[in-house]
Amino acid sequence: MVTIDSRGIYYMNLNKQIRQEVKNGADEILLKNVNGQRYIADAIRGNIKFTIEGIPGNDLAAYMDGPEVIVKGNAQDAVANTMNGGTIVINGDAGDTLGYAMRGGEVFIRGNVGYRVGIHMKEYGEQIPTIVVGGKTGDFLGEYMAGGIIVVLGQPDGNEVIGNYCGTGMHGGVMYIRGEIPAHKLGREVQTAELTDKDIEFLEGIISRYKDYFKLQLKDIKCSDFTKLQPQGTRPYGDLYTKY
Amino acid sequence: MTVKKPKFLIDRDRELCNDCGVCVRQCANEVHYADEKNKQIKCKPAECVNCQRCVSLCPKGALAVKQAPQEFSGNANWNIDIINAIQAQADSGGILLTGMGCSRPMPSYFDRMMLNASQVTNPSIDPLREPMELRTFLGRKPASLTLEGSQPTELPPQLELEIPIMFSAMSFGAISLNAIKSLAAAAESEHTFYNTGEGGLHKDLFQYGKNTITQVASGRFGVDIDYLNAGSAIEIKIGQGAKPGIGGHLPGEKVGRDVSETRMIPIESDAISPAPHHDIYSIEDLTQLIFSLKEAIEYTKPIFVKIAAVHNVAAIASGIARAGADVIAIDGYRGSTGAAPLRTRDHVGIPIELALAAVDSRLRDEGIRNEVSLVVGGSIRHSADVVKAIALGADAVYIGTAALIALGCHVCQKCYTGKCNWGIATQRPELVKRLNPEAGAERAANLIRAWKHEIKELLGGMGINAIESLRGNRLMLRAVGMTNKELEILGVKAAGE
Repeated sequence: MVTIDSRGIYYMNLNKQIRQEVKNGADEILLKNVNGQRYIADAIRGNIKFTIEGIPGNDLAAYMDGPEVIVKGNAQDAVANTMNGGTIVINGDAGDTLGYAMRGGEVFIRGNVGYRVGIHMKEYGEQIPTIVVGGKTGDFLGEYMAGGIIVVLGQPDGNEVIGNYCGTGMHGGVMYIRGEIPAHKLGREVQTAELTDKDIEFLEGIISRYKDYFKLQLKDIKCSDFTKLQPQGTRPYGDLYTKY
Repeated sequence: MTVKKPKFLIDRDRELCNDCGVCVRQCANEVHYADEKNKQIKCKPAECVNCQRCVSLCPKGALAVKQAPQEFSGNANWNIDIINAIQAQADSGGILLTGMGCSRPMPSYFDRMMLNASQVTNPSIDPLREPMELRTFLGRKPASLTLEGSQPTELPPQLELEIPIMFSAMSFGAISLNAIKSLAAAAESEHTFYNTGEGGLHKDLFQYGKNTITQVASGRFGVDIDYLNAGSAIEIKIGQGAKPGIGGHLPGEKVGRDVSETRMIPIESDAISPAPHHDIYSIEDLTQLIFSLKEAIEYTKPIFVKIAAVHNVAAIASGIARAGADVIAIDGYRGSTGAAPLRTRDHVGIPIELALAAVDSRLRDEGIRNEVSLVVGGSIRHSADVVKAIALGADAVYIGTAALIALGCHVCQKCYTGKCNWGIATQRPELVKRLNPEAGAERAANLIRAWKHEIKELLGGMGINAIESLRGNRLMLRAVGMTNKELEILGVKAAGE
């Protein structure tokens, strides 16, 4: 394992050092004293484990394809921006636009996330990105979502789990939100659907992984309590135009 | 009122037509058909878009398409187009959708600028006898260099073009794979670049990587590590001249299996690219995206930022330069598109000539012109437009519509229907295969080479033997019929001065 003390290192130099370690064949990198450095694990590919002590800056794991990233604190904005593969585990809260245009891989957040999380998520074939939020989310969750899965556990109380305008423009993918969702919180293009056995099976699996990552019990979360959200159609704005 | 009135009429010369049926097979709009009883070819002109496909391919030369002789009352204000538009909206309640660039008869500033030529006091140069340098480098030019021997120790990444003309962004989805292959191969043979647009990179196109600019837009379609590394530069698309301030909806009709795979969206869904990048609400946020890309490619390639020409373009461009972009691409209001709301296309944005002059002047005034290259597009129609753009301060130009016309486009403005009979703005396999990418590449390359000769002639006539000496050399331009304010913004003198 390679350890880098990140204290006071400018992000460009830190990331250069990280890329060099990856090129040298490091399979496990511990970053200590991280304090807001941007773009950590940006476009890194391969089977590498990053452990981050402190708070990584914006665009953590942007375009990343494969590594595992464990954050032992909060994360800032734009985590997993356009990420293609790998796993991110955040032992705290994360900021806005997490998972923007995410194409694959998984992000587990122990706590809350900000606005515009999971917007433009995509999928094709077997490559399906997943975001699991342990706490609550801000507005515009899953906006313009074209694929992928978002799960919101709504801890600690399961009340007011998401913000407004959830799923506006959604035309693919699925969201599972704990509890009932008042209609005024949903975008016009989403609809609720009955949970199938397959959905329950998926939720059981993913929640159990969440519990393992954060060593939690979560006895009061029942899979049957989740509301499933899916797009009303694949062409939300198909009727908007007149051919001229 | 709801009966569709034909815009065009088909003139079929019955003397020449032998009912061979080529027109029937060529028309995806199903205008031509064979009469069931006597097998004679007839037509339903209401569906005709005047793409000229049947006219061009009729082996007997029997067809012509002309404006339908619909005479409305003759009120110049409430003219036929306005009345038809209102009727269409009263029928549907929809936004009027169109394709290509602004078709309003707005005055062209390029057309009102004349180029200089040498007479007696300074010799012109004959490009047939003497070398003429058109090579262009796009990228940040440092204010100073440290040399090791004769080589600079560190130089920001540059794109090297043999001619200052590139093919502008047109996505896989908006145009066909064969159209992109044509442009990619032409860019390769002429040592310049084509731009993927925002639709990702089809796997067949990776081979043209060194002549590719990959684009990242708000929908982030097809963006992964391989895509970012595939090309020689990355362009962040903020806006486009045909539809400044709004995003793109690739109609579901054009989202088949390949487009769905490349973009990672459901088949037949609309590909939605909203107006803003939802992570860019400021110049500082733009910096964040620019540097996330630079980090991803380890600072090896220039980053373009493309914007539409709008009212405060000079201040915006200054911000973009300071945000860390290496090249700023500016698209004028005549810039084209596969699909845009009619009113946005025709009424939003400003002319590229004024935007370019304003940006170039502003960056010079601020002492940062060297920190970015400027690429302009938005109706560069011929080589003289290229020369005038460079004299106004551009480093290079983007051409889109002109390149598509080389491939067969007749500017019918129906790209959004996905029924392009020329195999360009369509994803239907039977239409796409009409465009042979090898033939297309040759035609696009011919166009570039023809313009190259013309540019050299124009330069030689001015007594200039390197494009570098023309760049921002506004003394080579004189204006006809402009106001003092226009002259001031363009930084050119009136003809005769």
